[in-house]
Amino acid sequence: MLVLSGVAVIALGFLLRFNPLLVIVVAALVTGLAAGLDPLTVLARFGHAFNETRYVTAIYMVLPAIGLLERAGLQARARSLVAGLRGLTVGRLLAGYLLFRQISAALGLTAVAGHPQTVRPLVAPMAEAAAERQGDADPERVRALAAATDNIGLFFGEDIFIAIGSILLMKGVLDGYGIHIEPFHLSVWAIPTAMAAFLIHGFRLWLLDRRLGRRPA
Amino acid sequence: MIGIGFVYLVAGSFFATCALLGLVDRRWANALFHALLATSFFAGDRIGDLGNGVLVLALVATATSGRMRRGEPADQVAPRGPLLMLALVIPATALGGTLLFKQMPALIDPAQATLVALAIGVLLALILCHLFLRPAPLDGIRAGRRLLDEIGWAAVMPQLLASLGAVFALAGVGDVVGRLVGGAIPAGSVFGAVVAYGLGMALFTIVMGNAFAAFPVMAAAVGIPLLVHQFGGDPAPVAAIGMLAGFCGTLLTPMAANFNIVPAALLELKDRYGVIRAQAATALPLLLFNILLLWWVIR
Repeated sequence: MLVLSGVAVIALGFLLRFNPLLVIVVAALVTGLAAGLDPLTVLARFGHAFNETRYVTAIYMVLPAIGLLERAGLQARARSLVAGLRGLTVGRLLAGYLLFRQISAALGLTAVAGHPQTVRPLVAPMAEAAAERQGDADPERVRALAAATDNIGLFFGEDIFIAIGSILLMKGVLDGYGIHIEPFHLSVWAIPTAMAAFLIHGFRLWLLDRRLGRRPA
Repeated sequence: MIGIGFVYLVAGSFFATCALLGLVDRRWANALFHALLATSFFAGDRIGDLGNGVLVLALVATATSGRMRRGEPADQVAPRGPLLMLALVIPATALGGTLLFKQMPALIDPAQATLVALAIGVLLALILCHLFLRPAPLDGIRAGRRLLDEIGWAAVMPQLLASLGAVFALAGVGDVVGRLVGGAIPAGSVFGAVVAYGLGMALFTIVMGNAFAAFPVMAAAVGIPLLVHQFGGDPAPVAAIGMLAGFCGTLLTPMAANFNIVPAALLELKDRYGVIRAQAATALPLLLFNILLLWWVIR
């Protein structure tokens, strides 16, 4: 039970809005001490895992190219693209992006889109421009919804692809119990939830359009 | 063979150049933060586990010192050049490269095909930007550094959380949670077991920030012994739908920083939890759908 004290540190630290990095390090130390490990062992394990997961942070290498394009006016260009498409609403745009993200992720192409590559330079400004035309004055909410749509499309598309990490993890865990299942059977069972995700999020986007008024002003 | 080392070289070079520019501009704390990142990417494999641990502590100390400055505001200009075409170079190269590199395992590590393709896409996009837009030599790094400084300390949060997960695993946090959830189920109730499994996946994912960490725990506590063995459920939907219930949790937690916190910073939202708020109304009905679907499959 004592090892759960780290979880309590995380919950409390986030609630009280301490700097999350500090909270994470303290939680790791508390958890390690509660499990009877000495602080240096915890630090070494932490350092080892940090080094092994550098690929997460490597994505920022796209920022110079994105930054250059934005400096040359990419966001304004993405917005003017929306102006040319008269029937385009924020709901239709994001629903289309959701479908694209789900299908490409289902084909294993999870890195072709993402927050730094596509959402910030293209999808968010286009969604903002469309919402503005429909009379929405809260760009902050529209940007958050664009990021949310990217996440939902990725999460509920990728599990249909048979060689994605989560499918391989499930197969590995089941193998450990002597249950042998082809990855294909696991990925098939991701399809109903993928469809439900599209319907639920699509319904929310449709509601947003209806609230804003369908006809672009 | 070209592999992850090449990717780290590209990313490390960006961080190192940011650090040098930071020294020139006298943005000391930012320069130190970027220099530590560059050290990790260039030399992480050579400084040992404890060395990496000390490096993390230095990163956290710099980030929490309150001395890191935000990006300088960018000036708006009238759009010029084939910007949309250039913007699609990175995704298109990632897509084409992934498909192509999987066919040439001797030359490029197939496990890292996508990241290698992404890195090549970045270099290609930078070259094309310089040909078409003719910026000054270090403009790209400056513009990229502005975005990186907007993200600020949140940039390393996903990596720190992954490391916390490793410490949790070492301390046996999963086993304790599994026993707690397993003990809370009313005996003989299929619905109770399915709800405990689905909610357990979501809640444990919210705590850990990652459904991958939750799955082995919940499979051992509820999925395999109760849903598969006792109630005779098909293991394929038990595993697959359980994992997707966990993904609903990922949409709800600041612990999944690379999906929820970093984008909020990248999109310059005032509300750190803005992306999570936008996701909740999709995640909760979807979690309910997953639990009902699994119950319908097993019953």
